[in-house]
Amino acid sequence: MAAISALLILAVLIVVSMVGTGMADLDFLFGVVFPYAAILIFLVGFIYRIIRWAQSPVPFKITTTCGQQKSLDWIKDSPFEAPHSKLAVIGRMLMEILFFRSLFRNTKVDLKKDGPRVVYGGSKWLWLAGLAFHWSFLIILLRHYRFFADPVPFFVSGIESLDSFFQIGLPLFYITDAIILIALTYLFLRRVADPKMRFISLGSDYFALFLLLAIGVTGVLMRYTPMRVDIISIKELAMGLVSLKPVVPADIGSIFYIHLFLVSVLFAYFPFSKLMHMGGVFMSPTRNMANDNRVKRHVNPWDYPVKTHTYEEWEDEFRELMRAAGMPLEKEK
Amino acid sequence: MAEKLVKPEELAGGIDYKPKQKDWFDPRVEFRRGTWNYAAPPDNLKYLDLPNPRKWSPTDEDWKLPDNWKEIILEGLRDRIKRFRSLQVFMDICVRCGACADKCHFFIGSGDPKNMPVLRAELLRSVYRKDYTLAGKLMGKMVGARELTVDVLKEWFYYFYQCTECRRCSVFCPYGIDTAEITMIARELLNLVGVSIEWICTPAANCFRTGNHLGIQPHGFADSIEFAVDELEELTGIKVDAPINKKGAEILFVAPSADYFASPHYYTLLGYLALFHEIGLDYTWSAYASEGGNFGLFHSHEMMKRLNAKIYAEAKRLGVKWILGGECGHMWRVIHQYMDTLNGPADFLEEPVSPITGTRFENARSTKMVHITEFTSDLIRHGKIKLDKSRNDHWHATFHDSCNPSRAMGLLEEPRYVIKNCMNKFTEMPENTIREQTFCCGSGSGLGTDENLEMRLRGGFPRANACKYVHDTKDVNILLCICAIDKATLPPLLEYWVPGVEVGGIHELIGNALIMKGEKRETDLRGTPLPNLAPAEENTEDKAETGEEGEGDV
Repeated sequence: MAAISALLILAVLIVVSMVGTGMADLDFLFGVVFPYAAILIFLVGFIYRIIRWAQSPVPFKITTTCGQQKSLDWIKDSPFEAPHSKLAVIGRMLMEILFFRSLFRNTKVDLKKDGPRVVYGGSKWLWLAGLAFHWSFLIILLRHYRFFADPVPFFVSGIESLDSFFQIGLPLFYITDAIILIALTYLFLRRVADPKMRFISLGSDYFALFLLLAIGVTGVLMRYTPMRVDIISIKELAMGLVSLKPVVPADIGSIFYIHLFLVSVLFAYFPFSKLMHMGGVFMSPTRNMANDNRVKRHVNPWDYPVKTHTYEEWEDEFRELMRAAGMPLEKEK
Repeated sequence: MAEKLVKPEELAGGIDYKPKQKDWFDPRVEFRRGTWNYAAPPDNLKYLDLPNPRKWSPTDEDWKLPDNWKEIILEGLRDRIKRFRSLQVFMDICVRCGACADKCHFFIGSGDPKNMPVLRAELLRSVYRKDYTLAGKLMGKMVGARELTVDVLKEWFYYFYQCTECRRCSVFCPYGIDTAEITMIARELLNLVGVSIEWICTPAANCFRTGNHLGIQPHGFADSIEFAVDELEELTGIKVDAPINKKGAEILFVAPSADYFASPHYYTLLGYLALFHEIGLDYTWSAYASEGGNFGLFHSHEMMKRLNAKIYAEAKRLGVKWILGGECGHMWRVIHQYMDTLNGPADFLEEPVSPITGTRFENARSTKMVHITEFTSDLIRHGKIKLDKSRNDHWHATFHDSCNPSRAMGLLEEPRYVIKNCMNKFTEMPENTIREQTFCCGSGSGLGTDENLEMRLRGGFPRANACKYVHDTKDVNILLCICAIDKATLPPLLEYWVPGVEVGGIHELIGNALIMKGEKRETDLRGTPLPNLAPAEENTEDKAETGEEGEGDV
């Protein structure tokens, strides 16, 4: 059900953009106004969310340790799993953000009816698909920079030639185009195939996947199929957008506007959704703090005095019993 | 085990990881006997100045909530979102990737989908979304938003008291979302309207009043320490000194109260006493700070602070240099991650230095409290104690990493080093069940009650199962651990799932192996005849010097 409603919303979005640019001739709205609005919402929303998160203080240092602490000098510690210094924390975060360290640990539980016993198998597919998707997305995003810069910077050309390493077809086939679609398809299939995943998945989880898939598919259709669009016109539009002198070239093709509109939706949707994990991963206190609790005191900014049972009150209550037991007393009476 | 229990095969046979319901939005839960905890008695709530003290039971239709309970909870949530970045971020960034789903021992042992950490958190998130986010207000179910109702509150009570705050899920989460943190805050919210459990509030009230969870008064405390001293004399022929509230001692020793009142904790206490005597440690117990454990952690950040305050206050009053802490799990989460922040700075203490080896415990420079396995492994490393491993030859051990020392401290090698130097036969459980991936005993965070037994057996199933593996394949007959809740709740758990495996503390085995000057020993600390009556003079020092690993390491 959740997946179907997500699919319906996506279908509506596609129809809106088709009708808008195909029949209603609202190219300026879809080619200029929506992208500008989307970028604006994205930037303002993203920054707003980060600031709001940052406004909540971190009262306690609650590092999750996934390895040996630094204690006695002859015991080997695991700096990236239980970091004891800022530098080690940076190492841990880089492992997490660039290579998805924690996801790499993933296991799968299996209940055997003999015994009964539970066994834990390795389970690296989620890690692999997640990593493949995120890296492909980044590379594709960087590749798109060619539309927004003249001349095309060297790093973009470099990425492009690496991405089309296999030199298949014309236009050259980008490996990341295939990887991102395969990875997203896998991430979708595991949500519906595994009953546990189906149970925890919300409409918004499916929506994010469908939106990304649709963006990928429209991109691929534009590049590799007869639905090909006029790249020169697209570059003209893109350059107009970045130079803040928007122009709307004629006849770019409906498929491009669907692609652009979905990208706009993605950007505008981003700050309001779970996609904010992109910013949040940097701010998770269990990962971005050092396990040096007993070395450096962490201060809680909203700490307040609490009611305690002081030694004096305690001794007052038990003095006679303590005296009878011959225990030392602060006051005789 | 008062209730009649089904056979292990039956209990595990009924587990199905495929959810039966269509979705999770319906909050109604069935309070089936064996899966929930008794409500906190009004007297103890009053003693602790906590809101809405009254008699009630989770099975009642009417929980006698205050009229404005909903406002209280929602306001409490808003307040905590502003005070805890962890909560704010954890409410917003979960992508429901499902990596945590099958990592929770309660899910593995029950198959109840709301025991998947992701869903446990969604129970709170759904209300947060409805109340706090634009998307939640507009889109409702599509984005997982739910209205807060009495049924939701009851569901929270059920499932946030089916989380032992063990943090295993947070190890696997790509964003480090920690369900322990979410559970802690959810319980704080429930406490605001007087929804809390007896097994947390009663020990907390006891601890506040007497100094320890068991409510043992100072003379009773002195009695039990004295009793242990006598018992140790009977076992070893040596009368040790165990000072209480001694001013000017070098070190204050704080242990969980179960160590001096429960079994098999008690043998660990005998081990501490023997060890401190043998190295001539200038230390003292305290009857005021007679509890290292902290049930406040299971209640609220405020209660944790209230109960923890005694440790530094007593160290200051007695004028000790630093503090040594015994074998306990959640106690060490509080000491390592919270104490200095809550009740520090401990600037009246000195940076801990072992008086025996001269080792400076730089990792405890600020908090000034050292874990007993850090202290003992340092003694062994420097060859300061003589250990006869063969005295533990009747044991083949495995080690259960307690949740908090492993996932909130990184204390993994110290206990292993001690174990391998005081016994010959040691085998690790399978790798996905130890160290940072260790499984909870199933009874942590105040859930170790009799009325909750079925859920404890389910939650402890993964731990017991890993133990069964080494019992069946290697004849392991003792599960060692460094946690008082473990020592209390693992014995019935193992008796149910894997009979024939005992539970013990590390310092019990140290106490067995320790060669004491002038000792006359025929039995181990449990009174069982020693396997090798002739003490081997060739002790373990050589091995200790090279830090060689024990056998059977898998």
